[in-house]
Amino acid sequence: MITVMKLRTINRHLREGVKNVFRNGWMSVASIGAVTVTLILVGAFLTLIFNLNQMAENVEQDVEINTLIDLTVNKEDILELGDQIKAIDGVDSVLFSSKDDELQKLITSMGEQGKSWGLFEQDNPLNHVYIVRAKDPNQTMAIAEKIEAMDHVEEVNYGKDVVERLFEFNKYARIIGLVLIGGLVFTAIFLISNTIKLTIMARSREIGIMKLVGATNGFIRWPFFIEGMLLGILGSILPVTAIMAGYYYLITNVSQHITLPFVKLLPFNPFAWQLSLAIVGVGALIGIWGSVMSVRKFLKV
Amino acid sequence: MIVMKDIFKTYNNGVTALNGVNVEIKQGEFVYIVGPSGAGKSTFIRLMYREAKPTSGSIIINDIDLGELKERKVPELRRQIGVIFQDFKLLPKLSTYENVAFALEVTEEHPRNIRKRVLEVLDLVGLKNKARSFPNELSGGEQQRVSIARAIVNHPKIVIADEPTGNLDPETSWGIMRVFEEINSRGTTIIMATHSKEIVNTIKKRVIAIEDGLIVRDERRGDYGYEA
Ligand SMILES: Nc1ncnc2c1ncn2[C@@H]1O[C@H](COP(=O)(O)OP(=O)(O)OP(=O)(O)O)[C@@H](O)[C@H]1O
Ligand SMILES: [Mg+2]
Repeated sequence: MITVMKLRTINRHLREGVKNVFRNGWMSVASIGAVTVTLILVGAFLTLIFNLNQMAENVEQDVEINTLIDLTVNKEDILELGDQIKAIDGVDSVLFSSKDDELQKLITSMGEQGKSWGLFEQDNPLNHVYIVRAKDPNQTMAIAEKIEAMDHVEEVNYGKDVVERLFEFNKYARIIGLVLIGGLVFTAIFLISNTIKLTIMARSREIGIMKLVGATNGFIRWPFFIEGMLLGILGSILPVTAIMAGYYYLITNVSQHITLPFVKLLPFNPFAWQLSLAIVGVGALIGIWGSVMSVRKFLKV
Repeated sequence: MIVMKDIFKTYNNGVTALNGVNVEIKQGEFVYIVGPSGAGKSTFIRLMYREAKPTSGSIIINDIDLGELKERKVPELRRQIGVIFQDFKLLPKLSTYENVAFALEVTEEHPRNIRKRVLEVLDLVGLKNKARSFPNELSGGEQQRVSIARAIVNHPKIVIADEPTGNLDPETSWGIMRVFEEINSRGTTIIMATHSKEIVNTIKKRVIAIEDGLIVRDERRGDYGYEA
């Protein structure tokens, strides 16, 4: 049976819950501290994981096979090679990029330093290149192998190592992070449930009286529920602030200096907001869980 | 209407407090429960609002079979019964006013009605000037009256009192008895365990005497029957 709680009853429970937080003094502070530490780590970890994931995806989506053509080859052979590559199953596009184009790309990508490369314009040491894209990024490797076996191909490059290493790293980071966070969350829940147990034990006689006077379990439980939620939410204030500020700093100051093509941080809006929301949510959940765990046993009057 | 059939109660420590009790109390009756200390009066009373469960036997209160009553329905039962506890059971961190109001808050009564009704009842038990005091600032008799006020504040069908005049001076006792008679005259069942020979012999009502966990006497307009 669900009865809609009246506003004034909600008010009463809120007041009681807040009172409990203050009544428990240092135990509340300790619980909030535990939640804070947990959530800061949760936040940092989630930031890392989501960004790495994003980067890995960027790379994966962006994998092109650079087919370096033998320096000695003539025009017909180049065209023929192009046709052969196009004929491979699963090839999406084949783009010819002359060695002059390649030099130009190199110069722009190097920025200031690139200007010195301008010297090579007369005597370009680079190869002509076919830039090949697979329809499905997963086929990249198979296609690259076929191309490598063809005549007039000097070398085949694609971001295999980067992708694999990124995914590998991501996997381990995730496992280690989850274990770490699991432990911390558990500790925080334990601390909160102990704090609330303290309130309850101090008031077990009162709870008994309340029940004898006709209070339902729900009526008694709500203030503790709110106490737990409050401890969790209070514990998320600092982490949210830290994440907002930290991520803003990262975006505005650090990411400008990173020129690697795939290393792009997720934009502040909406990522930092979503993350903050998630952190407040996790904090509240930790608190609620802690309170529910400790109240259950005390209501059997 | 309260019906008890073949009630036995043995506490966890092996003490048998009730030894086969059969009784019927109609709505609107006024009943004294008398008997020596340790006879089982409080136990008898505790079974009615489910502070204790009988070891065997059946209890029916206002058509509710307590043997089949679900745990979550117990609060509803308790709201129909106003209890004045032998040891008061006031909430220590709440003022007189708040203690009495609590019985209405649990039913989610409107605050305006709560205020009106609480002040009314406090006036009735003569505690209006102590509304802001906390239990530890009240005398035993005053605490008892808070307990009485809380028991009657939500117009229960049944009022159960375990020695409600135990800590009161004679004058206040008679005042409390007038309150009971007044709410009884409006149809409320009153069940009152007492050691007061004077009250039982003066305000004549039904008397149930319990000794060693058995009802040994049940008279319509009885006497206290023991030397005080
Ligand atoms: N919670 C309890 N646990 C164990 N034994 C109990 C409990 N409550 C009462 N008893 C025992 O049950 C018997 C009856 O006690 P009860 O409180 O019902 O007596 P009473 O008639 O109310 O006495 P009094 O007039 O002194 O209040 C006593 O022997 C008492 O020791
Ligand atoms: Mg007693």
